[in-house]
Amino acid sequence: MSGGRREESVATDTSGALDTSSARAEILRRIRTANAGSANAAGAAEQWAAIERPYRRTPSGSREEILELLEDRLRDYDANVVRVKEAEIASVIGRMLTERGRAKLLIPSGLDRAWLPEGFEFVIDEGVPASVLDGFDGVVTASTVAIALTGSVVLQNVAGQGRRAVSLVPDYHLCLVRVDDVVETVPEAFDRLKATANLPTTFFAGPSATADIEMTRIKGVHGPRFLDIILVE
Amino acid sequence: MSSANSVLDPKHSVLDPKTSPAFPIAARVTLGDTQLRKNVRHATEVIQNKRARVVGEMPDWQQLRESGKQIRQHTMANLDYYLEEFERNCTRAGGKVHWARDGEEARRIVTALVKEHAAPERPEVIKIKSMTTEEIHLNLALEAAGVKTYETDLAELIIQLGHDQPSHIVVPALHKNRQQIREIFQREMNLPELGDKPQDLADAARRFLREKFLRVNTAVSGANFLIAETGGVCIVESEGNGRMCLTLPDTLITIAGIDKVLPRYQDLEVMLQLLPRSATGERMNPYNSIWTGVQQGDGPTNFHVVLMDNARTAVLADGEGRQTLNCIRCGACQNACPVYRQTGGHAYGSVYAGPIGAILTPQLQQLHHAQTLPYASSLCGACYEVCPVKINIPEVLIHLRNKVVRQKGPLTPEALAMRAAGSLFRSERRFRAAQRLGRFAETPLVRRDGKGEGWIGWLPGLLGGWTQVRDLREMPKETFREWWEKRGKRGN
Repeated sequence: MSGGRREESVATDTSGALDTSSARAEILRRIRTANAGSANAAGAAEQWAAIERPYRRTPSGSREEILELLEDRLRDYDANVVRVKEAEIASVIGRMLTERGRAKLLIPSGLDRAWLPEGFEFVIDEGVPASVLDGFDGVVTASTVAIALTGSVVLQNVAGQGRRAVSLVPDYHLCLVRVDDVVETVPEAFDRLKATANLPTTFFAGPSATADIEMTRIKGVHGPRFLDIILVE
Repeated sequence: MSSANSVLDPKHSVLDPKTSPAFPIAARVTLGDTQLRKNVRHATEVIQNKRARVVGEMPDWQQLRESGKQIRQHTMANLDYYLEEFERNCTRAGGKVHWARDGEEARRIVTALVKEHAAPERPEVIKIKSMTTEEIHLNLALEAAGVKTYETDLAELIIQLGHDQPSHIVVPALHKNRQQIREIFQREMNLPELGDKPQDLADAARRFLREKFLRVNTAVSGANFLIAETGGVCIVESEGNGRMCLTLPDTLITIAGIDKVLPRYQDLEVMLQLLPRSATGERMNPYNSIWTGVQQGDGPTNFHVVLMDNARTAVLADGEGRQTLNCIRCGACQNACPVYRQTGGHAYGSVYAGPIGAILTPQLQQLHHAQTLPYASSLCGACYEVCPVKINIPEVLIHLRNKVVRQKGPLTPEALAMRAAGSLFRSERRFRAAQRLGRFAETPLVRRDGKGEGWIGWLPGLLGGWTQVRDLREMPKETFREWWEKRGKRGN
């Protein structure tokens, strides 16, 4: 069809034998036929701005209510949650690691060393293979933002949080969340994440889980089976 | 399991609408499997109750649904623009984007990429649960090319090891109970002592798969959302198997229908509220992953995205049917459907079962196959009510029934009957004549009950479908109009 000619010239991936540019042209042509015309940046932007968003985008509770909601939701997902002052962090981490019987811990680079207690082995991640990550007793990370309404904590690849594998392979995750980073709703979290949208990002809500067997929630499948959260005031 | 199951035995076939038996035939078989019906009823009830609870917590749920619908409609209206924008941004971030007109092309591309990247002496891939790869039976193509595939989602692992087929979009093994799963694991993982507690079964899966996660260097995934604005991809999951596949291998191949694109990053704030509450009744999935292209020192160094049409553009071209593409694959309509809850998923002869399958499957087949699926519904509307993006499934079902009848031509019994009915309803004279004729014609079929009420328990030919499961009341001796006219003549 003649309508497809314009796209034929647009370059797409042509590495090796996998040149799919004719499929690309054909699919775009089919879409334009179905939609009776081509879309463009200006039209799309204008229509996108006209989408109605009457859902909640701002907090409705007080700071304290929001923090209590987060604690409640995290506990509902079987996470252990404590709230501490900045100065107490190291001693609380020490107590938690002792209770959990964890001695050899992985930390991403950039994690505040003042938080780490004496008497444990903390190893900075230097991109070791996954099989080595598997040998650690656990991992300690900071976090970017937490959402009270859904009990979610968000990690990004920045200092103190590290690459995605460090908070995944070890069986125990101790995560620090600053109360200033706690929001109530999902839209507030996306407002904060927008600026760093391109970074690898992981939302987690409690330890790994499944309900695939008779819809019974089972804690712990492949991700960390044990999760402690420290809310830092 | 019932022996009649051989007609539908997933071991002998894949769920392919081109070769599967018609829904009424397949449903008759699954309805005879009481264990399956018990499992499906239990699972759908649990999910429905969980969903109702967490949806009830949200004072702005209806507003979110409306925004979700508008975002999806807007995306489809500008689909060419957003796909090109996604391609541009993903490519800039180090990803490679490929396009596939149909399942055949998608299978060829993925197989070629796997062959290029996987260990040549022992090509293997780990897989994240993906309905898109089920739709094109990718595993069969990979196995045929000598590539070993490992499903890593617990339910998909149960399906794969049990040589079974998925029966639900979100919980594909919901038709199996713990004893059946234990038997599969005992046999396939060689664990004769394995218990049947869900925790034991999940632990067995963890041990079985961990070694694969640490060894296999190539992963294949689907996608929940492609973000045009950033070129990013979002995958939601529960177990952490997704994160393992997205993070540990050197190569990641993501295959997505062209309908999976979202305009902007911010749109996730709507979808990530609608999807988990609708799908599994959770406030948020245990894990959501969002990544953009290739990130130095974090995750795969080779990242490929395959954008697949496979008749989605044909759906887009149908003014009434195109809303089907707004689907975000939550499965809420399946759990709510009184038909699905009785038959389970396999009867639909497609990996997309339930109400969404009844409209998606025939359209993806361009109505050449699966023509009975639009009739696999009582049009009760429960699916529409729970749909997080407000797809009017009953409306599309009726639209497709109309298309099926028209496609079959003007001389089928249904087309002729409808034409005759149309002619009767257009003329008062013909309508009255038909009523008189009906009262006369039914006489030999009417049986009186103890109270003297007349019932019809059997009707001939096509009409017999109605009386097969219920009795029909005899026609009244006199219509309202006849009564009214007589009353007028008597002058009171």
